[in-house]
Amino acid sequence: MLLVPCPHCGPRNSADMSYQGEASSRPDPSSTTPTEWREYLYMKHNPAGWLRENWYCSSGCRRFFTVERHTVTSEFREPPLPGSKTPRPTGDGADPARGAP
Amino acid sequence: MPVRLSAVIRRSLAKRRLAPRYSGAGLLWRGVRNSSWPRVWREPPLKKSYDVVVIGGGVHGLATAYYLAANHGITDVAVLDKAYLGSGGSGRNTAIVRSNYLTPEGVAFYDRSLELYNTMSADLNLNVMFSERGHLTLAHTDSAVRTMRWRAEVNKLQNIDSSVIGPAEISRIAPSLDTSPNTRYPILAALYHPPGGTIRHDAVVWAYARAADAHGVDMHQKTEVIDITCEGGEGPDGKGPGAKVTGVCTSKGDVSARVVINCTAGWAGLIAAMAGLKLPITTHPLQAAVTEPVKVFLPTVVVSGSLHVYVSQTDRGELVFGASVDPFATYDMGGTLDFTEELAGHVLELMPAVSEMRLLRQWAGLCDITPDYSPVMGFTPVEGFLCDVGWGTYGFKAGPVSGEQLAKCVAEQATPELISPFALSRFDSGMLVGEKGAAAVGH
Repeated sequence: MLLVPCPHCGPRNSADMSYQGEASSRPDPSSTTPTEWREYLYMKHNPAGWLRENWYCSSGCRRFFTVERHTVTSEFREPPLPGSKTPRPTGDGADPARGAP
Repeated sequence: MPVRLSAVIRRSLAKRRLAPRYSGAGLLWRGVRNSSWPRVWREPPLKKSYDVVVIGGGVHGLATAYYLAANHGITDVAVLDKAYLGSGGSGRNTAIVRSNYLTPEGVAFYDRSLELYNTMSADLNLNVMFSERGHLTLAHTDSAVRTMRWRAEVNKLQNIDSSVIGPAEISRIAPSLDTSPNTRYPILAALYHPPGGTIRHDAVVWAYARAADAHGVDMHQKTEVIDITCEGGEGPDGKGPGAKVTGVCTSKGDVSARVVINCTAGWAGLIAAMAGLKLPITTHPLQAAVTEPVKVFLPTVVVSGSLHVYVSQTDRGELVFGASVDPFATYDMGGTLDFTEELAGHVLELMPAVSEMRLLRQWAGLCDITPDYSPVMGFTPVEGFLCDVGWGTYGFKAGPVSGEQLAKCVAEQATPELISPFALSRFDSGMLVGEKGAAAVGH
């Protein structure tokens, strides 16, 4: 089973978690265009490589967090710091295949 | 006109080169003479230019190529696959077909597919072993029973044979199911759909490949598409919305093409990104497993949405199980132990008698899941780049009709009515076609 690195509970089985999908920032509903809203709601990068994604630790600390996972090898990059919404910088530069900023 | 003529000549030449029609007499003749069978399809070199390039050599890609050639006379077609034909979802699904969907759009579509499957063996001269054995979708909760009744009514309005039956009738049809009220999830009712059944999925791939080849379509295996070339688009390299497709770059060389069709299921997002497009698709693996063969005891396909499992028995006597997709997006096709554990638990819940059977193997296929569990078909904002993707967990049963309709779409340069609800533009207008209730798990 996939071990998901929760920043608060440590590595936990993915069955203890709820997958929330690709991480993307929500546009301001009062000023966004329909196209931007559609992009945010439906369109996915779905890369075969590093992906920034959200998980919900539903059976543990019940907090949302963002990690980077490789969608082919299933490995995780450095787990995020507690309370932070972004993963630790890994120092290996930008990956063109990564998910939404 | 000269184009037409050359196509006709080439088609007749291709036919002459091909093996004779398959028949019982032919089988006997070759058996008696001990002669070998000729190759089923050619392996031509990759040309520099094609009219239409289909990416993905599965049921959808091959059916599209076949109907382009057979129904519309467009024979300058190449089908490219990075592995072998039928190596993706077409050879990994659980081979179940049905048409008892929830939305009128879905029902009309799959019913046409079932019609094509019904006559496929005769049409394509290859036995696809269609077994119209009936399809039971079990309901374990009151809300599931309500959904079944809803589906049955939608189906009846469209002249689909579909009805809700109770436990007594269920145990008459499939005696091995535990219909007693003493289980954790008692079986309350089922949606019974007699025209549903199973088909040998590899045979469908081979039938379309052989028939397309006979019409002069070139199939290129082990030919991976690395990039798609475009001009005039908003994005980098002239890609993105507003662009026009000019061809593809493959591992065996560049090919120019007027039309490029994306039939790559789980890899659809990667191919679309090559044309500068984003699709509303995430890739999830779906796992399946098969047991050792035993005597035939399960006469129908049995599906349980609440228990996330569907079971059918093959002609060899093996039980084939499938489940819902894995919960997180990945391109990893390795099987997992938690799948096996969960599956075994749920199957025993339904059929306690099979507890001593052993699993032979398990595997996974990649599913392209859309937010409304309906496909993305037809034109895209890139001119000449068409999609037939987003089929998720139910692409096999839709293969023939999507090929037929997409070929019509290419030939007539207009979206056929049957696939107009599934256009990519529905995500702009918000007119989604919600099939989750009938498609997410139910097979």
